Parts: sequence; C-alpha cells; structure tokens
Amino acid sequence: MTELNNSELIRLSAAQLAAKLAAREVTSVEVTQAYLDRIADVDGQVNAFLHVNAEEALAVAAEVDAIRAAGGAEAEALHELAGVPIAVKDLIVTIGQPTTAGSKILEGWHSPYDATVIKRLRAAKMPILGKTNLDEFAMGSSTEHSAYGPTRNPWDLDRIPGGSGGGSAAAVAAFEAPLALGTDTGGSIRQPGAVTGTVGMKPTYGAVSRYGAIAMASSLDQIGPVSRTVLDSALLQEVIGGHDPFDSTSLTDPFDTLVAAAKTGNVTGMKIGIIKELHGEGYQAGVENRFNESLELLKEAGAEIVEVSCPNFKYALGAYYLIMPSEVSSNLAKFDGVRYGLRVLPKDGPMTIERVMAATRAAGFGDEVKRRIILGTYALSAGYYDAYYGSAQKVRTLIQRDFEAAFAQADVLISPTAPTTAFKLGEKLDDPLAMYLNDVATIPANMAGIPGLSLPGGLADEDGLPVGIQLLAPAREDARLYRVGAVLESLLEEKWGGPLLDRAPVLKAPVLDSSSTIAGGSN
Amino acid sequence: MSTDAILSFEEAMEKYDPVLGFEVHVELNTKTKMFSSAPNVFGDEPNTNVNEVDLGMPGVLPVVNKTAVESSIKIGLALNCKIAESCRFARKNYFYPDTPKNFQTSQYDEPIAYDGYLDIELSDGTVFRVEIERAHMEEDAGKLTHMGGATGRIQGADYSLVDYNRSGVPLVEIVTKPIEGAGSRAPELAKAYVAAVREIVKNLGVSDAKMERGNVRCDANVSLRPHGRERFGIRSETKNVNSLRAVEHAVRYEIQRHAAVLDSGEPVIQETRHWHEDTRTTTSGRAKSDADDYRYFPEPDLVPVLASREWVEELRATLPEPPAARRKRLQADWGYSDLEFRDVVNAGVMDSIEETIAAGASASVARKWWMGEIVGRAKTADVDPSELGVTPETIVELNKLVEGGKINNKMASQVLEGVLAGEGTPAEIVEKRGLAVVSDDGPLLEAIDAALAAQPDVAEKIRSGKLQAIGAIVGGVMKATRGQADAGRVKELILEKLGVEG
Repeated sequence: MTELNNSELIRLSAAQLAAKLAAREVTSVEVTQAYLDRIADVDGQVNAFLHVNAEEALAVAAEVDAIRAAGGAEAEALHELAGVPIAVKDLIVTIGQPTTAGSKILEGWHSPYDATVIKRLRAAKMPILGKTNLDEFAMGSSTEHSAYGPTRNPWDLDRIPGGSGGGSAAAVAAFEAPLALGTDTGGSIRQPGAVTGTVGMKPTYGAVSRYGAIAMASSLDQIGPVSRTVLDSALLQEVIGGHDPFDSTSLTDPFDTLVAAAKTGNVTGMKIGIIKELHGEGYQAGVENRFNESLELLKEAGAEIVEVSCPNFKYALGAYYLIMPSEVSSNLAKFDGVRYGLRVLPKDGPMTIERVMAATRAAGFGDEVKRRIILGTYALSAGYYDAYYGSAQKVRTLIQRDFEAAFAQADVLISPTAPTTAFKLGEKLDDPLAMYLNDVATIPANMAGIPGLSLPGGLADEDGLPVGIQLLAPAREDARLYRVGAVLESLLEEKWGGPLLDRAPVLKAPVLDSSSTIAGGSN
Repeated sequence: MSTDAILSFEEAMEKYDPVLGFEVHVELNTKTKMFSSAPNVFGDEPNTNVNEVDLGMPGVLPVVNKTAVESSIKIGLALNCKIAESCRFARKNYFYPDTPKNFQTSQYDEPIAYDGYLDIELSDGTVFRVEIERAHMEEDAGKLTHMGGATGRIQGADYSLVDYNRSGVPLVEIVTKPIEGAGSRAPELAKAYVAAVREIVKNLGVSDAKMERGNVRCDANVSLRPHGRERFGIRSETKNVNSLRAVEHAVRYEIQRHAAVLDSGEPVIQETRHWHEDTRTTTSGRAKSDADDYRYFPEPDLVPVLASREWVEELRATLPEPPAARRKRLQADWGYSDLEFRDVVNAGVMDSIEETIAAGASASVARKWWMGEIVGRAKTADVDPSELGVTPETIVELNKLVEGGKINNKMASQVLEGVLAGEGTPAEIVEKRGLAVVSDDGPLLEAIDAALAAQPDVAEKIRSGKLQAIGAIVGGVMKATRGQADAGRVKELILEKLGVEG
C-alpha cells in the first residue's frame, strides 16, 4: 500500500505516521512490522530491548487496521496515535510481557496487572513493541548497571546512551521505535535524551500516574514521553497523562493543551531565564557553545533572555543523594523472595526466613542498588534522620523557593541538560560520584516537582556528539515547555537543514561479525 | 518454659503502685481495605481477598479508604479527642513475611486523633478517667501460621503459612497515657477500659468488635514503682490479650510477677510478653527497647489526610448516644434501682430489655423475664442471653397470655421451652401442648360441686363467713383438674355458688 520503503517509514515522526495511518496511506501492521524488522536488524548492536513483543504488537496493529478499513463510528473514534507503535521502559509493569526493572531479582516475573499508562496505551490502541533496557531499578546514568548488559549509544556504539532510560532513548534514536515511555527520578528521561539526540520530557510531578511504575524514589519518580520531536512528546503525554484514582499524588488538572502548545509556533515576548548555576564551569566547551547558540536563536525569535540565580542548587545533588536512597531503601524492601521473583536459599546454615531474604537480596541486587539501599538505610536511622533525611528535605524546600524566585523573573528557564556529551562505556563505572554528577542539571526539577524538557541542541564541536538543551517551567505549566521547545526545535532544524538524527551514523544490520568494534563495555 | 516467681497480689499491692498503659487495636468493618479495593472480610479462603496492592506487587500505590478515615474520626470523637486538621501516614520499616511490602503504612508522629479521655465506670460505680494519648490509623499485617513446631511459634517451626486476607485491613490503634492511681483496682480497670473501648466502637458501628476474631486486640503495659515514687518503673508489654477476662488476669499476673522481680533486687526487663490462657501466665517474648529502629519517614506515596472542621462537625452530629450516657438514661426511664440496673448490665441483657420494652412490655415485666427465666436458661446453655433465641416479641406474647389468664407462670416456662425448641409461637405451643388454663366454666362447676359435696362442713364454714376455709375447696378443684384451672376463677365460682360476697 505504502510508497515509502521501510527505512523511510521508520524515520517518520509519530505525528507523521499518525497522519499517514489516518489517511490510510500506510497500515499499522506495515509500520509495526517495519519497526520489528529494524529491531531485529540493529538491536543486537544497540541492546535497547530486553523483550520484544512482536505477536501482541502485530495483533493490536491488525485490529487498528481492521477498524480503519471498516470505517464508521468506531474508526472515527480511534485515537490519533492509534496504530503508532511504542516501546516501554522495563520499569513499567505490563500484562503479557516480563517486567524485570533491569534486575536479576525480577528475572522471569510477569506482572498480574497493567500500569495505568499501559492501560491508556492499550485504550489508544498503540502497539507495544517491547520493553527497553535500563539501569537496574532505574539507578544510574549510563544503563551500564542493567543486569542484562549495557545499551549502546547509536551515535557511537562505544559510548553510553545515558541512563537510567538508555534503552528507551537509544531505541528511539536508532529508529527502533517512534516513541517510548521513560521514567525520570533525577534525569533518567532527559539525560538519555540529551546524549542520544532525542526529545525527553519529565512532566510535572503528578501529571502522569505512577501506578505500575516500579518505585525507585516515590516523591521524585515521574513517567514521561521519549520521542524524536517535541510535538510527538506532547501527543504522547496527552495519551498517558491525566488524573488516576489509583495514584494519590496524581493531579486533577487535565493537561490537555499540550499538543496545541507545541503547535503555537512563537515565543515573542516570552522571558527565558538562564540559570547562572547550571552552565559554565564544569560544563564541556562544546555543550556551552551549543547552549549559547540556542539562546541566540530564541533571542532572534523574539524572546527576552534574562539571567536568574538559584543559589541553593549547589546543595541539590547532595540532598538528592539522601532523599532518593532513603526512599529506595524502603521501596525495594519488598523484593525479598517471599512472594515473587528470585528466591535464593543460603548455601549452608539454618534455613530461616531472614537468611533466605538476605541470600536472595545479596544475589539478586547489583552493586549500585545495594549501595543506595545501604546509604538510604543509614540516612533514615535513628539518630541520623534529622541530620540527613531531615536536612535534605529542608534543602528541597530551598530549591523550590529558588525556582519560585526564578519564575517570578522568567516564563521558562533554560540550561544544558547534561554537563557533557556521552562518555565511553566503562569510563565512570568505578567512580560513582563522577557518574552522579551527570544529573546535576536535571535533579533540581525532580526536587521541586516541576516539568523539564530536553531537546537536541546540536553536536559538540570537539566530539561530534549530541548536546541536550533543557527547558524548565513552573509546576502544571507543561504546555509552556512544549511551546518553547517546539519553536527552538524548528529554529535549530532550519539551521541544520533537517532533524539532528539525520546526521547520526547509519546503523546497519551486521553483515560481518561486528562485535570487535563494539566491545568497549566493561559489564 | 521456666516458671516465673510471683508475689501474692495483696503483697504486691502493699509494696508497689502499678502504672498501666494500653494499646488497643480496633479492626474497622469497612467494605474494603485501608489502601486497596480488596474486600475486608473475615474468615474467607486464605489469600482470596487480596489484590496486587495487598500483596506488595512491584509498582503498586496505596489509596486511603475514606470510610476508614471517617470511622477513625468517629472513634476519636467518641474518645473525646481532638481531630487533626491535617495528618500524614508514615512507613514503619521492618522485614517480616506477614508484611508484604516489608514496611507497614501507619501514622507515626501525626495521628488523626489525640488528647482525649474516657471515663470508666467500675463495678461499684466509681468513675475512673483514662487519658487517651492518641488514636491513629494503620493497616493490619497478614496472618502467619507456623507449622510443625511444638509451640506454634516461628522458632522451631518446619515452615510457615501466610494468609494475606488480613493484610491491609484498616486498624485504629488507641494508645492511652500512663494510667496512675488505679492501685489494687488496676486489673478491674484494665478489663473495664477495654470493655468500654469495645462497647464504643461497636456502638459507633465502625467495628464488628468481636474480640475472639481479633477485631479488638489489646497490648497491656504494666510497670510497678514503690509507693510514693514519681518515676515509673520499667514496663513489660503483654501482647494480644484477646478477651476481657484475659486482660484482667494478665494485668494481675504481671503485677505479681513484677513485684517478685523487684523484690529479688533484679531490674525488670523491658520486653514483650506472651499471654497463655491455659496457665494464666505470661512468658518472655522478645526484648523491646525504645531504640527499636523502624526508620520511620513520611509515606511519599500518600498526600496528607485533611479533616475540615465542617466534616468533623458533620460526623460529630451523626454519633450515636455514648454508651455510658445511654445507660444513665435507660435506668432513669425504666425506674430500676442502681443494684437492679447493674445486674441487668452485668448479665448483658440491657439491649434485650430495651428492645422488649419497645415491643410493648413494661419495664418490670421485661426485667422479670430476662433476669429470671432467660438468664437462667442461658447460663445452663453457656451462651449469651441475647443469643439464646428469645425475641422481644416472644416475651410480649407470653406476657399477654399470662396477664390474660390463658396460662399461668408455670405454664409460661413450658411455653418458652417450646419456643426455644422451635415448636412455634407461644400461642401455637399453648395449643399443641394443651397447656391452656381451663377457662370453660362448665367442667369447673362440676368439679366445684363435687368438691363441695365431698366437704360439706367446709362449705358450711364458708357460708358462715370464714372465707379462709375456701383453700380446701380450691385445692380439691385444682386436684381434680390436674392444675389446669385458673385458681382465681375457681375461687370466684365457689363464692358465687355459695352466695357469699368475696
């Protein structure tokens, strides 16, 4: 039916695919099969997927095609994204597919229920291509902490795709999916977006239900879209967002003007604030250059650039690494081998419940997870609580106040998403603190519960790798990010003469054994 | 199991002053659980009333049950507590397989109700005020059954079974302030306090309040100090004392045990104790120190519970009359003496009497039946009088039959027996068993004629005005009718026959 070949089809944005599906220029089965073929061709190199859900995805696609072919009211009622495939971070539970959270402790576990966002994808009839790789329980900035091997960056297979949602970002960047779901606790959607040249949105805390996202740090976690264009993320957030009675922290706001905002097309008169503390020293020169270039483009488009200061951001990383592990230590207590998942019996000695739990957790969790559980257990302990968890909560309040003051001066704030471009696999694996610093610019948004969007800002001069630009807005003002993001994206693409991903190296199905060229990982 | 030394209660009281404290857990009878939509039902097949939330599956989130919050506020109000405008849940972290998340979601430093009191009336009418520290919301744990061991405890068991049906059942934990000054009445007060709490939650309709099902569970704290000393002694906490009688016995036993320990010069160990109903003793549980580290922190998956003043007042307006006030009112309405009323209360027939009066009986008739015939039969059958199967309507009907002269009291007892045996209504039983007082004057007159003819001298005495002689004739008639005649009527007919004014 289609005149496009598969390699052209998979490079279309979700919005373009949706238009072609609606116009019946292409079928969902063709699109879904094209993506499944792409996964088969390149995922051996990228390792973005932990599970491919071909059969179910094709069945959903066929159902959409049948409805469209039949026409009438049911076809009219189809969601705009019906038939557009999507990949799901393997932290989000799904009936019919395994959910591992990137951990051995859940290997082989099947959820008996669907996450709320999955229910909404199913209601919109979006074929789910599979589950994507991540740092174990979303703890990491490189996807190297996955128990199932690292994901590789499609721009350079020797480099990390960011994390924890490296699988979702790499899948979208490598044209293995047009859309993906991620989760963002300290930057796990935005930082992978930055280093893979894709768009990643962390919505306002509570804008998308967390029910069914395996909790890392409940007060910081947020599900959000991963895509290749700003408009695509807006489309996806409207599918998955909105109030959910199963999540008490879910907002009742409708968040239904996101797509319209992405199509607004101007920033004239908007005030855009540069956060003094989130660029300059510690940021790679090529990142700074691309950041400044974006500022220039926004200024030319009629925005006013102002500088704001958030003096308490210097405490954000430290406070984050107390609050997050505290919540982790409690949230991960349930993985004990009693009811589901891995169960490991002690090799010798008495077979008590405590010893079975201990043996299971010792064998099932990786080092980074254990590190955070120990840190959090300590931070919550009697006698330390006030100094650690208590103080960190105070810092959190100070960060919120910094944002309030900043948003009194600017409509949106802007910064680089990450201080550097993608580093090499293994480079920071032995230095947790260096790894944690990757999230210095993304963490404040989680601490304050505000939305943050990362979009491609070009390639760093020194290494030719993608740079991410982060936009931040006040809580509930997600629409503002889509509006500014879409304008900046179009200005940049105009400058580049097309999407940034057009300049990524072409991944091809391996004809020869190419494993020698991608053996940079140390996992 | 070693046996602890104890002092006699009297000697313990001579030397020491007991201080008590209670944590009473009340299971709420909401339709669904505290944080999930799974049914809150007792006694079903294990692990059937559970969903992914109750099992602590990955990714689940809690949602607070609004009815449970309402019930908690009602309990707080009935305990004369202040209700927090905003309060939060916290996580109490500990690894144990009856707690699927390995933390319990409970209120910690922000209870929904606090600073209340409850006036407890002891058996002699003395009123003792118990101060309430707090009443907070939490979720119940699952139920573990340890198999294969001798003690039923986890130590020594081959394996354990866990039923998560109870996991997530809403609980309100009511914590008293230290109770001082009860002296030798401490055991009685303990029982009366738990009874009062149980009565209140039952009266509110927020709990089934069945102690034998664990709907109301009591942890009793006891410490002793020498008379005159202000500082409290070291306490023990006897867990899960699950009947009113056991509460009284456990407190009494712990006072005696503490006294013996203190007498020996040893310090009391701060620990939990297990109550054994069979031996009426406690044994050492696990050492419990105030340093137990549950790493409490605010539950990040829940938003604060807000109780607007309007809502609290709305709920206050729906509260039923407090049990103590109701008792005062009923006693006044019924005109019972203090002794009569206390007996009624202690026999557990106050509600039945109220219902019987409502059904049409007088207060004295209702008391006569419930405190006489029915209590006696209940004792024999070893059940509560209210569970014997006697309805207020039965009493009213029986009483009408007696007052109308259809049956006498002796027959009424037989009719009641028939009702309890399921033979039908009182009227039907009277019919079936042929119990009716003979009311057709024909056979009676015949019997009277015969009796008068048999004792002409007595008849003459009556005619001459010696009315007390009539008993001999009545006795003859009753004998002839095998007791079925109405003696009053017989008397009337005899006088009529002899032409004497009665």
